[in-house]
Amino acid sequence: MRIRTFAARTFKEILRDPLTLLFGLGFPVVLILLLSAIQANIPVPLFAIDRLAPGMTVFGLAFMTLFSATLISKDRESAFLTRLYATPMTANDFILGYTLPLLPICLVQSIVCFAVGILLGMRITVNLLFAVLFTVPIALFFIGLGLLFGSILNQKQTGGICGALLTNLTAWLSGIWFDLDLVGGAFKAVAKVLPFYHAVELEKAVFAGRFESILPHLLWVLGYAALSMTIAVLLFLKQMKK
Amino acid sequence: MNAIEIKGLTKKYGSLTAVRDLSLSIRKGELFSLLGVNGAGKTTTVKMLSCLIKPTDGDAFLLGKSIREDGTAVKSVIGISPQETAVAMGLSVKENLELMCGIHGFSKEKAAAKRDEMITTFHLHEIADKQAGKLSGGWQRRLSIAMALIGEPQILFLDEPTLGLDVIARSELWDTIRQLKSTVTIILTTHYMEEAEALSDRIGIMKSGSLIALGTADEIKKQAGKDKFEDAFIALVREVKA
Repeated sequence: MRIRTFAARTFKEILRDPLTLLFGLGFPVVLILLLSAIQANIPVPLFAIDRLAPGMTVFGLAFMTLFSATLISKDRESAFLTRLYATPMTANDFILGYTLPLLPICLVQSIVCFAVGILLGMRITVNLLFAVLFTVPIALFFIGLGLLFGSILNQKQTGGICGALLTNLTAWLSGIWFDLDLVGGAFKAVAKVLPFYHAVELEKAVFAGRFESILPHLLWVLGYAALSMTIAVLLFLKQMKK
Repeated sequence: MNAIEIKGLTKKYGSLTAVRDLSLSIRKGELFSLLGVNGAGKTTTVKMLSCLIKPTDGDAFLLGKSIREDGTAVKSVIGISPQETAVAMGLSVKENLELMCGIHGFSKEKAAAKRDEMITTFHLHEIADKQAGKLSGGWQRRLSIAMALIGEPQILFLDEPTLGLDVIARSELWDTIRQLKSTVTIILTTHYMEEAEALSDRIGIMKSGSLIALGTADEIKKQAGKDKFEDAFIALVREVKA
């Protein structure tokens, strides 16, 4: 009951923030349209819609960290959390209440990105459905980061770190904008031990039906999702006790 | 009968003693004010009594329940309106009240009845559908106290409830607090002498973590040998060395 109540509040607060629609849905869609326009004039294999839409879906999910962290840090700074800590709410209620409402938002965002892709010529296959479902572990990674940063940063810092830094890291180190082989060396090596590249490759593999490629990338993503959620829970519990 | 029994309550942060060996009894239905200059230990005391922070030493019993041993039971009998405005800014006034009903596990029918009761008690009709973030400070404080009362607490903590409010908003909030007197035990912290004098049954004055005076406003004036309460407060605080 308490989880449902608190989750409904999280859902409403995030959706009522115009930045959610602007960045969460608008920005990835604009980028798909823009890069597809470039692709129409100067064909680049990387920007073919079958590869671009899955990549941009992952990029869009990076904004979930910003939404989640901003709400949590705002709740901490405004003493709203202090009020709730003096009620019978448990740590479990808080963590699930902040996490669960973002999952349907992630799914809708993925569906919108793929829908725009379809309008631009993306193949319609059953794999699209799986591609949407496989965004869940990726979403959990980004939501976990949101809980983590929201527990330790103030609102201004979350804007800088989750808004500017993380979205740029996701863009550069995922191979959405440019082929990592073009840079190679340490950059590529670093990119391959981070989850962003694997998240994009996972989505591409699922959509393309290359099932043998799914598991290695899925394991990286699941590992990072588990890590980010674990650290997030520990840090949230620590700030609860402060 | 006493609502609160404080026995040797102490809170240390490293070498700093925020609250020092505080012992105090507060009767049921009493409005008790804690006064003190910044850093006197008022908010720390309220935070310990509402189980937001753990005492370093000593204990307090709220309606017989220990804050050290039985935090969950204590949380079920208290309500808190923190110093900062602690409302969900993206939700309407009604939704904020409903949120607190859900957190306290009320049925749908009871939640609707309680929401309407609070709207009537606090005269929130005209702003019931407005987003909390768009309300004036006075309305937000009033909503904050209404939210603290939703759970039908037997003990209510009001931490500087009129801080930053204009004269009219403060006067209206005083009327609201007067209405609550005797139905619920209220612990009020404030910087405003006239507020403490006008509202309180008894007043405790803190300095550097210690209780330096305790009694009715008249008793404290007599103790300090002053006619005005503010003068008595200043004299007592200056008299006692930190």
